[in-house]
Amino acid sequence: MFWDFQWTFEVLPDLLRGLGVTIQVTVVGYLIALILGLLIAMARRVPVFGAVLHAVMEFIRTTPLIIQLVFVFLLAPSTVSGLTVGIIVIGVHYSAYTAEVYRSGIEGVAKGQWEAARALSLPGRRTWGAIVLPQAIRKVIPALGNYLIAMFKDTPLLLAIGVTELLTEAQRVGSASFRIVEAYTAVGLLFLLVSVPSAILIRRLERRYAAV
Amino acid sequence: MDFLIQRLPLYLDGAWVTIQLTIGGSALAFVLAMVFGIMGTIRHWLPRAVATVYVEVFRGIAALVLMFWMAFALPQLTGYQLDDRFAAIIALGLNVGAYGAEVVRSSINAVPKEQVEATVALNFSWFQRLRLVVLPQAWAQMLPTFGNLVIELMKATAVAYLIGVADLTAVAQQMRQATGETVIAFIGAFILYYLIAQVLILGMRLLERRANRKLGRIPPGGTGLLALLRPPAVNTKAGVA
Repeated sequence: MFWDFQWTFEVLPDLLRGLGVTIQVTVVGYLIALILGLLIAMARRVPVFGAVLHAVMEFIRTTPLIIQLVFVFLLAPSTVSGLTVGIIVIGVHYSAYTAEVYRSGIEGVAKGQWEAARALSLPGRRTWGAIVLPQAIRKVIPALGNYLIAMFKDTPLLLAIGVTELLTEAQRVGSASFRIVEAYTAVGLLFLLVSVPSAILIRRLERRYAAV
Repeated sequence: MDFLIQRLPLYLDGAWVTIQLTIGGSALAFVLAMVFGIMGTIRHWLPRAVATVYVEVFRGIAALVLMFWMAFALPQLTGYQLDDRFAAIIALGLNVGAYGAEVVRSSINAVPKEQVEATVALNFSWFQRLRLVVLPQAWAQMLPTFGNLVIELMKATAVAYLIGVADLTAVAQQMRQATGETVIAFIGAFILYYLIAQVLILGMRLLERRANRKLGRIPPGGTGLLALLRPPAVNTKAGVA
């Protein structure tokens, strides 16, 4: 029997603890990406500053996440943990994507809506908060949901900066007892266990909010 | 600046490995995407079920996990050790191919129904219908998303240094360890990654223009060389879930 079930069950708590860290990184990083992405999408409408910001985000979006993680981790003061660096870098990296999603939503809001807000001389905060964003965000909810899953699948990269997430735990328990096959296969299955149901959930959302 | 110029050959070696992984991974992903994407549009349930299982499994598992599995679990299971570059290419191809298959499937399904009905009226075989009518139209629709996927694949190659591939990220790490200059060592790699991505983006846009012209459509963004530099309307990581 090449598959040791008993061993798999013994290490399952370790793996689940790793999965917990993975989910923690995903949730907090996603919140950063949601908020920062929106701010970036709004700031991009400011003339010169917006263009510079766009170039910076384009650079972040076209270079690999893992090298960004390692780079920031090496430069960060040693008091900052790998977990914190990981959450922040993943959040900022994905905000480059969510900003584009928000932007497409904002551009999809009819011009007449802006003009009406102007005609009523609504202040900027009300124009954004009460007119533009409620219409823009509703349309991009499914697209934003996709990034939650994408981000979840990028968390194993935190292995490179020593965060004990799921894959790191598997590496540790697997190499300690030379049961590499069970360890990595279990990680794969745990990933499926989370990402397949979330993909189904996103598809439901898509049907509910209709595509952009 | 001298630092980078002196070590440029080393960086270029790393970039060459990154490019090899990108080309190999994209080629595999493209073939898998076409095969499983077309299978997903067949009426019989069996090929559709196979395609769905492939897509859900390989889209659901992170590329790095697949790569670790190929590099470390497979040798233990079969006693056969893949070359680390080859393992990386297979993992990336399987992962991105699953995203691509969904793109192919939905693009084929988006071809207007009348087009298919016309081929039935003309008594085309299934293969003729696909090759002469459906695919050329679906192709133009697939390309923008394929472009994003190629960029994602190129970025994902960077994780291959964790299984021992000497790619651009690995070179940056070596330079840092050899010289202690973290910032400069990494900036060299960042710039090369950025340049590779820009070349890929430009290449995909040329392909898109060609596909649209062949269908007698005006490419989005207009004709002329300058239109190539203009960003497309929506440039997001599509087809993620």
